[in-house]
Order: sequence, then C-alpha cells, then structure tokens
Amino acid sequence: MPAPAEIFQTLSGIFPSDAILSAPEDLIPYSFDGTAVLQQMPVGVVFARTTEQVAELVKAANAKNFPIVTRGSGTGLSGGSVPSEGCIVLCLSQMNRILEVDTKNLTLTAEAGTVTLAIAEAADKVGLFYPPDPGSMKISTIGGNVAENSGGLRGLKYGVTRDYIMGLEIVLPSGEVIFTGNKCVKDVAGYSLRDLFIGSEGTLGIITKVLIALIPKPAARKTLLATFDRMEDAANTVSAIIEAKIIPCTLEFLDRVTINCVEDYMNMGLPREAAAILLMESDGHPVAVEEEAARMAEICSSFGAREVKVAQTEAEALLLATARRAAFSSLARLAPTTILEDATVPRSELAKMVARIQHVAEKYQLKVGTFGHMGDGNLHPTFLTNEKNTEEMHRVEEAMVEIFDYAIELGGTITGEHGVGLAKKAFLKKAIGDLNLEVMKQIRKSFDPNGVLNPGKIF
Amino acid sequence: MNAQRFAKPASLLRELDYAVLQQCMHCGLCLPTCPTYDDTKVERNSPRGRIALMRAIADGKLEVSEAFADEMYYCLGCLACETACPAGVDYTQLFETARADAEKSGVLKSPKRDAIRLTILRGLFTRPRLLRFVGRLLWLYRASGAQFVFRALHLNRLLPYRFRELERMTPRAEAKFSHQLIRPVERPAGAIKYKVGLLTGCVQDIVLSQVNRDTAEVLLANGCEVFTPAVQYCCGSLHAHNGEVETARELARKQLDAFDLNTLDAIITNAAGCGSHLKHYDHLLADDPVYAGRAKVWSAKLKDIHEWLCEIDFRKPVSSPGEQTVTYHEACHLCHGQKITKQPREILRAIPGLKLVELTESTWCCGSAGIYNITQPEMAAKLQERKIRHIAATAAPVVATANPGCHLQLESGAQKFSLDASIRHPVSLLAEAYRQEMRA
Repeated sequence: MPAPAEIFQTLSGIFPSDAILSAPEDLIPYSFDGTAVLQQMPVGVVFARTTEQVAELVKAANAKNFPIVTRGSGTGLSGGSVPSEGCIVLCLSQMNRILEVDTKNLTLTAEAGTVTLAIAEAADKVGLFYPPDPGSMKISTIGGNVAENSGGLRGLKYGVTRDYIMGLEIVLPSGEVIFTGNKCVKDVAGYSLRDLFIGSEGTLGIITKVLIALIPKPAARKTLLATFDRMEDAANTVSAIIEAKIIPCTLEFLDRVTINCVEDYMNMGLPREAAAILLMESDGHPVAVEEEAARMAEICSSFGAREVKVAQTEAEALLLATARRAAFSSLARLAPTTILEDATVPRSELAKMVARIQHVAEKYQLKVGTFGHMGDGNLHPTFLTNEKNTEEMHRVEEAMVEIFDYAIELGGTITGEHGVGLAKKAFLKKAIGDLNLEVMKQIRKSFDPNGVLNPGKIF
Repeated sequence: MNAQRFAKPASLLRELDYAVLQQCMHCGLCLPTCPTYDDTKVERNSPRGRIALMRAIADGKLEVSEAFADEMYYCLGCLACETACPAGVDYTQLFETARADAEKSGVLKSPKRDAIRLTILRGLFTRPRLLRFVGRLLWLYRASGAQFVFRALHLNRLLPYRFRELERMTPRAEAKFSHQLIRPVERPAGAIKYKVGLLTGCVQDIVLSQVNRDTAEVLLANGCEVFTPAVQYCCGSLHAHNGEVETARELARKQLDAFDLNTLDAIITNAAGCGSHLKHYDHLLADDPVYAGRAKVWSAKLKDIHEWLCEIDFRKPVSSPGEQTVTYHEACHLCHGQKITKQPREILRAIPGLKLVELTESTWCCGSAGIYNITQPEMAAKLQERKIRHIAATAAPVVATANPGCHLQLESGAQKFSLDASIRHPVSLLAEAYRQEMRA
C-alpha cells in the first residue's frame, strides 16, 4: 500500500483541494456508518462531482494499489460503507442532481448521491410514485439504496429497490464506465448486468447514475392500527392476512419495548401496555381500499386484536408511518448500544420465529426490542446492550447465532434488506452454502481482480 | 496529590458521563435537519459528525484542537437535531460542554478574540446597568442623527468589510427601557388570579422594550399580578452557549436572588433563547450546595409566555385590531429548545381579523443563533437570505417571532432584501387586540 502522501498527491490531480479531506477532525466523522460498534479510520475522503472524477479515482486506485469505499449518506446498517483499512472514502453526496423526469416513459434519472426522499417528491410532483421507502429515506441516497437493494415499509406489495431500477451508470473496478439497461420495459439482450450490480454492496462497481421506473400514484390509501395483548396473535394475524390472499401495501409490527421507546419520542398516544401493534396500510382504487381495509380489520379482530383504529386524516396516517420509521433509532433510548438484526423467514413461519426470539433473549438474559416488516417476514430484533460490556456483548453474539440458525432452519435468511457488509459476513456461508459463495467470489474476482472496491465486505 | 492539583485540567468531555455520548447511535436522521450540513454536505458539519469528534476526545483519540473548536463554533446550536433525534441525544449538554472544553483548552486564544469575549461576555453582559448605558449610547447614535450622517457620508466604507456589516446590523435601541415602561409591581384591574415574575432580558430590554411592556399588559389582562425587578441580570445563555459555564452559573444565582420564588406561580420569559436556557437552571446548578434546591423550583416555574397563556386558558380578545395577514417564524429555542410550537399559533389564531399563513421551513434557523451572525457572518447571511425568501413567498406583511435575536435578524434581512414586512412578537399582536377592546 502506498504512503498517504503519495495517495494525496494522486488525489490532488483528480479533485480540487476543497474536495479532499485529510485532517483527523475531518476523517473521524467518516470512520463509521449507521451500524453499531464498527469503526475504521480512512486515509482520506474525497467528494466527486462527476462520473469522470470517479473513473479517474478508480484508475488511480488500481495503479497505486489503494482501496476505495464508496459512500452516500452513511446510513447503512451492515457496515457496508465503513472504511476498509487504508482506504480512500469516495463520498457521492454532492452528486445529487435529478437529471430527468420522463412522464412519457414514467422514468426518472438521477445522480447516485440524490436523496431518496427527493426522488419520491419529484415523482409525486408529476402524479407518479416511487414506492421503496427505507427507514432512512429522508437522508439515504439512491446509490446507497441500489448498492444495498434496500427495502422499506412497502415491500410487501411493491417490492424493493431492485424492482424499480431500469438502468445504471457504473464505473467498473477497471475505471471504465458502462451503462446497463434502458427505458424499455422489456429487454433480454444478453445477461442482465444491471441486476448483478443491484445489491452488490459497492464491490462490483461504483454506481454513479440511476434510471428509475415510476408507477402511477395510488388514488386512495387507508392506514389501520391494531393492538394486541399477545405477540403470537399479531404474528398469526399477519400469516392469516397473507393466507386470505390480501397483499396490503404495508404490514408492520412493533413489540412492547419498541412501542414504549417510540412513544417516548413521539408522544402520540400509542398503547404503551400492548404486547404488539400492527400498522397496516392499504392503497389503490378507493373501493378496493375500503374493502381490503375492512377485511384486514376483521381478521385482526378474529385473531384477538383488542382494538383496530383507522387513521382519520392524511396527517394521522403520516404520523403512524413516521412512528414506525423512528422505531430503530428510538430503541437507542434504552441502552448505549443497539445491535440490529435483519432475520427474515417465510411468512408462514412468523409466529415460530417471533417466539424463538423471545426465548433466545430470555436464555441469554438480554434485553431485546423487536419490530419489522412482518408482512415480508422481515423482522428486526434489536439487542439493547453496551459495547463496553464485553461479557454481555459475547452473549449478544451467541444469541445472534441462535437466531440466524433458526431463521435458516425455517427456510429464511440472515438479512432481508440491510445487506451483509461487515456485520453479517461471518454468517454468509452458513446461509447460502459453499457453492453459492464460490460463484460469488468468482464473479467478484472477474470484475475486480485487484480488489480495489470495498475490500473485506460481504466475504 | 499536589501534582494532581496543579496538573493541566482534564478535558470536560472526558469527565462527562459517557452514556450521554453513547446515546448517539449515528443513524443519520439528524443530517437533513442540520442547516450547516445541508449547506456543505460534509459530515464534520453535522450533529452526528460533531458528536463523533466529541466522542473521539472523550476516548482520548483526539485532543481538543483548533479545528475541533472551530467546528463547535460553526454549529449554530439551533437544536433542530434534538427534535429530529429519536434516540433522545442531549445535544445541548454535549455542545455546551464541547464549547467549554474549547475555551478551557485555549486553542482559539488570540488577543483580539480574548478582548472581544472579555468585553462582551464578561464585561457587558454581566453588568445590567453598563449594558443599559451602552444601549443609551446606541439610541443616541441613531436619535442624534449621527447614524444618518455616518451613512450619508458613506463613512462606513472606511470600515473593514466585517465591521461594515456589523454597522449595518447596529440595532436600534428604544428610547425607554423596560424599567421605564413597567413598574416593579403592577396589579390587574380585576381579581388577582396569579402572581408572576417577569423577565425583561438584556437585548429585549434595550432594543425591544415595548415587547416587555406588551407582555406585562397581556399578563395583566389575564388576571396576573406582575413583579418586574427594575434591574435584572442577563440569564447567562450567551455565556453557557459560548463556553463560559462558570459565568453562566454566577448569573443564574443572581437571577434566583432577584425573585421570591415561593410567592410566585410562575416566572415568565418572552425571549425563546433565554427561556430555553432558563429552564435548565436545575441542571446548571445541580451541584451547587446553596442554590440547587431553588434552581429546581425555578425550572419548574419557568414558563415561556405562550406556554403560560395557553396553560391559564388566556382570554380571547373580542375586538379586531384590523384585518392582517401574518406568518410565523419559529425561534429555534422555542420549537426545538422548548418544543413549543402550538401555543404561539393558538395565540395568533385567537386574534380576530388575523389570518395566519404557514411559512415554509418555519423551524429552520434564521442565522441569528445568539451571536452567530457576528462570529460566522457568511453562514448566517445564507440562512438569513433563505428565510427572507420564504417569508417573501407568503406575501405576509407581518412576521411574528418570539426571540429578540430572530427579530433583529429578520428585520435586518428584510431591510437588506427590500422586503416590506414588519417583525412583531405574537404577544405584541395580542396586546394590540386587547388595547383595541379598550378603545372600542
């Protein structure tokens, strides 16, 4: 690895001086992302404004042999944008222009550093809809969303980021720039390279531009809140709703610990004594929405919901969604360190998974708050601990292993939407098996033989 | 022991309860609400980035450096991040401690800076009578025509740019200060329902003393007996926010001495920045063997005027002072510092004939931020322009706001961008409506 001075000299040939950070006070804030505990100082940080700069940087990285870690707003939850040792952090937050909204083809083109919310708002302005809404969408960038294939609260009906990506401009690990995909609804010319980059966590290329598919905005929506005295009832309700062939837009869940933390923050009158709440949203044609909402309310009641409330206004519905989005960060009120998991199981197995999480928490004497996208089978058990307490952290690790093992046993996965990054790296092999892992390694090697992009992540 | 006693004082951040720092789980939800991050998109200029730096100091990975201190002063202290933070990070405590650390370390020390701080923070704002004397000089500067002559002759061109800007911002002082407008004890016309103390502030006292008179009148109209000590000390918020915690404590004690807490139902402030700090006296003096108990009572009884009026279900005026369209700019230390957002609107909406139009980004800092517009003129000017642009879009001729810093910042902004809008305290608008009743 070259000396930092040599790297900075190279960088100054590509970037203006105010786009290069090197002082410790500037670098420390880039030594972590949204993931707990993980931290690593980068050698430097650069801000690109053009694809050409990114390409030059990647060429230099190959020539001089230093790694690059790409980053948007650093809200990732698996350590994907935590610096690798000796790396330069490439921050794309300043490449944030929306380049085109095409109302004839229902597409939007934006630079990778564009904030997700800005895309949703730009779509909304012309009566269109960009459904993926990860918890951090107010600040997360679209490039980061694509790299992690982020989910959100609407995954159940609308899918995840992948389902809305029509094309990508990518700087390959060689420094060459390709565009994969186009505005065609159908295209089977060759491999779907685009799909390879989605969810590649910054290891196969650097996404600089995104071509997004938009859909018409649903005409109506209705938000429901159901309160349960037993967690299993909430889990069984979700399985029953799916079994009844209802696919609502949102089917979210919060347990008592999470409800109380969110209520501490929002002060909005959530039922503090409930064991669980389900947040449901139906959208679409007004008549269909009415019917779907009524049927869901019915199922909730028949599975033991103590109360089912309907949001009366748009503002009330928004408040409920905001409350759900605040769940993870609110849990940090209870303990210095929050270790968030992302285990996902087939929806028929939800009640078993929920029960096992409780059991594991008790077994290891750990405090856990669980919330998540129950309709997707995607749970976020969150351990409330203290990283300074090594003994307890050890128990957290053991509990995690048990939860992952059980999720895999139920036909599930170790991560539904946060990615592997650094946090789930140790569990990947167990989740996907040797051969899958080997194929992935070969793909990576063929794209990035020198290992310049995000080394040490995923595997 | 001796060696320890004479050793260089340790970092205050290192002494701070580590849990306060750990509360930040760096999720990034604060980023879009931070005016400095919004402008630069650089993590260091964000709440999460600043907390990471503070934590690095607490961990012993970083020393208090000039860059660190600069960053702490680049922060507006608007506390928008506290509102946005689901994890409940006490940013106020963190940034006050960090600034105190910056001062303690002396990394920013320069003869000029020391002189300014000594004169303003320790000299002027600890001596109410001297402050009023300076206020009188300010008034004379304008009233005598000296300002007019100075500007007409373009003498300001002789000043360096920074001072030219400052001259432009020279606040107009009122002809009469609060003690000349409010008697030490005033009783309501009808029955006495409450006894309250009224804080007149320092900037408010000199530049906006009529707001204090209006506050007294509104209180009187709602059955409050009003106690207003003629000479009042600065609340110390400027000091606490600028790393002078000890001076802030001294001023808090003087404040506590000025009021007989046991006989009062509430202590009223009408300045958001002061109120936000005044409510924290219990924390500030928690370790004070003499004052800790009283500070607790103080914090419990300290009320922002809007908060108090809504709490006592203020009398809704029946006469209209005329049709008017008003927009409302939320002072950071009212909406973020004290979480008071509904009450000022309730008061404005209660005024017959007043139409309230919402201001885009009403909770976004206007750039005043205490003395920020003097210490960081560039960023302050950007925020001022952004705010004025939004105000202009409402086309409202009146902007209501409840903090003297914002008041002056908006006034100077309106002047700079030739926007024809008058800046008023919500309570002044309410007082006008009550006065209209008397006339009717």
